[in-house]
Amino acid sequence: MTGTEIARDRKAAVSVRALSKTFGQGEYAITALDSVELDILENEFFTLLGPSGCGKTTLLRLIAGFELPTNGSISLQGQDITDKPPHRRPINTVFQNYALFPHMTVAENIGFGLRMLGKPTAEIKQTTERMLALVQLEAMAGRRTDQLSGGQQQRVALARALAPAPKVLLLDEPLAALDLKLRKSMQIELKSLQAETGITFVFVTHDQEEALTMSDRIAVMKSGKILQIGTPRDIYDRPTHRFVADFIGDINILEGTVEHTDGDLATVRLKDGTRVSAHLGPASARSGDVSVAIRPENVRLASAGETPTLTGVLENIVYFGAATNLHLRLGTGEEIVIRNPGAVDEGRYQPGATIGAVMQPELIRVLE
Amino acid sequence: MADLSPATPASTQPRRRGRLARDLKAMPGFTATAWLCIVSLYLPILVLIAFSFNENRSVVLWTGFSLDWYAKALENDGIRNAAWVSVKIALFATVISTIAATMAALATTRTKKFAGQGLVYGIINQPLMIPEIVTAIATLSLFALVKKLTGLTGIGYLMLAHAAFCIPFAYMPIRARLETMTLTLEQAAADLYAPPLKVFTLVTLPLLGPGIVAGAMLAFVVSLDDVIITLMIAGPGETTLPIYILGAIRRGITPEINAVSTILVAVSVLLVMLLFLVQRRMQR
Repeated sequence: MTGTEIARDRKAAVSVRALSKTFGQGEYAITALDSVELDILENEFFTLLGPSGCGKTTLLRLIAGFELPTNGSISLQGQDITDKPPHRRPINTVFQNYALFPHMTVAENIGFGLRMLGKPTAEIKQTTERMLALVQLEAMAGRRTDQLSGGQQQRVALARALAPAPKVLLLDEPLAALDLKLRKSMQIELKSLQAETGITFVFVTHDQEEALTMSDRIAVMKSGKILQIGTPRDIYDRPTHRFVADFIGDINILEGTVEHTDGDLATVRLKDGTRVSAHLGPASARSGDVSVAIRPENVRLASAGETPTLTGVLENIVYFGAATNLHLRLGTGEEIVIRNPGAVDEGRYQPGATIGAVMQPELIRVLE
Repeated sequence: MADLSPATPASTQPRRRGRLARDLKAMPGFTATAWLCIVSLYLPILVLIAFSFNENRSVVLWTGFSLDWYAKALENDGIRNAAWVSVKIALFATVISTIAATMAALATTRTKKFAGQGLVYGIINQPLMIPEIVTAIATLSLFALVKKLTGLTGIGYLMLAHAAFCIPFAYMPIRARLETMTLTLEQAAADLYAPPLKVFTLVTLPLLGPGIVAGAMLAFVVSLDDVIITLMIAGPGETTLPIYILGAIRRGITPEINAVSTILVAVSVLLVMLLFLVQRRMQR
């Protein structure tokens, strides 16, 4: 199932059409977003993933209303909100540096949105208490925000943004400032919060692992464009672009020529003459020179008597606990990495040895 | 610790040299220079304060302690009137200049960058760059013209003049505060449904508080202290405290002047302490 197939049977919370944003003017103009098309679905945990400067934060700020687009439109549940100021959009943001009001207590911070919506005091109090319980900060209600740890501030920011029950919650790299352990537990907490509240989350990160762990769907961005939208498995197992393949996890890329195609399968002749069958993406070239990609964990060592797909000289063995990476130099000069679960027999696999590798045919992809 | 190995002095020496290079305090003459500065700044004030308690009429010959000069100064109608005029003008000037400076600071930091922003900054700070005597004469001739056209007289002219030259002094700390305040907090408020006016009153203004207080106090002190412009503009019966002191000195220095000056010093020290406390409280 691809990302677009899911989109058909669920309603869109946020729809972005031909959205562009240019900063500056004339020769100094920088295009931060370039004709982006995107549908974020109801109750979805959606992640915008990309390196810094790819436009993911700009897209988030446009949805929040902090910036106005140069072109295109944004709608929320079918309603055009392109020109609405931030305070008239039922969308809340968790800022990267939390942006808690330093002159208010934790409870006042959390109640701020409801207060601005003109809710009765009793309701504000009740919701604030519920939110404090949700993020396990009941004991901190009367504290000033600078008396809290980074993780606690993060929770207050989350509670403050969730309290007015927004239609969409935007999160701008909210975990970037936390240490690794806290980040891991917050990832799980965020994911379960999203499931509990049923609010659409739009999460911005440059951390691919974070994106894979938490998201229902991911949009991978580069230079103001969305390259691929799909589930974590789509993105990881079926990357369509070289950039996507490279950015998320490790990948082996080999050059070859398409000999013939059959449906979405292509027979590709690699540079050393080996023929492999590879899956074609929706926009892959169906003839001529192509790049094929396979994850290191989908390449294994050939067992005795087995015909290897490729043969090469072992250059490096990198052991990292759960697995061992074997770096092979092929006759064509290309490198391929085999990820072997656990350790390998060091007597047999020595640098300089000639080794056979078997690629799982169903996991080879032709890139666009 | 006496039996340290012979290697120890050799290993501590480069460290000591390293400290020499980095720490300004270890430079030759540092302590002497620091004391020279402190003495030249505060010795005159200490002498002034000491002689305000002198029993004798002299301000150079100490004969004994007394509070007579304070009693005399406080009984002196001339001093009391002048003090009242000074405070009245300073309060008016503080309120007007702080409001104007706050608006100017917001306009130069919370708006989209506009052409000529640097020029605006220069214009606001103009009184700091033009010699005060020029501002004084310019203000005088403008007011003379206005007086001739309208026939209006009174203390209002002096108040307006003070309000005008206090603006840049109030502007600087407010602008500095605004520049260190990130826009994110205001965006967060807007994101949480606060319309622009609420963003201003509930977030910008409270956070700007320490800057405004600092600006207001600076304006108050600058107004209280002014001589040149006041001397030019002030009409009869509009004698401020500095002008009174100036006049009294022409008739000869008495410890009464020292006493008045000491009270002025005490007021400004109190203001500075208050400012410090307010700022620390707001930053907490």
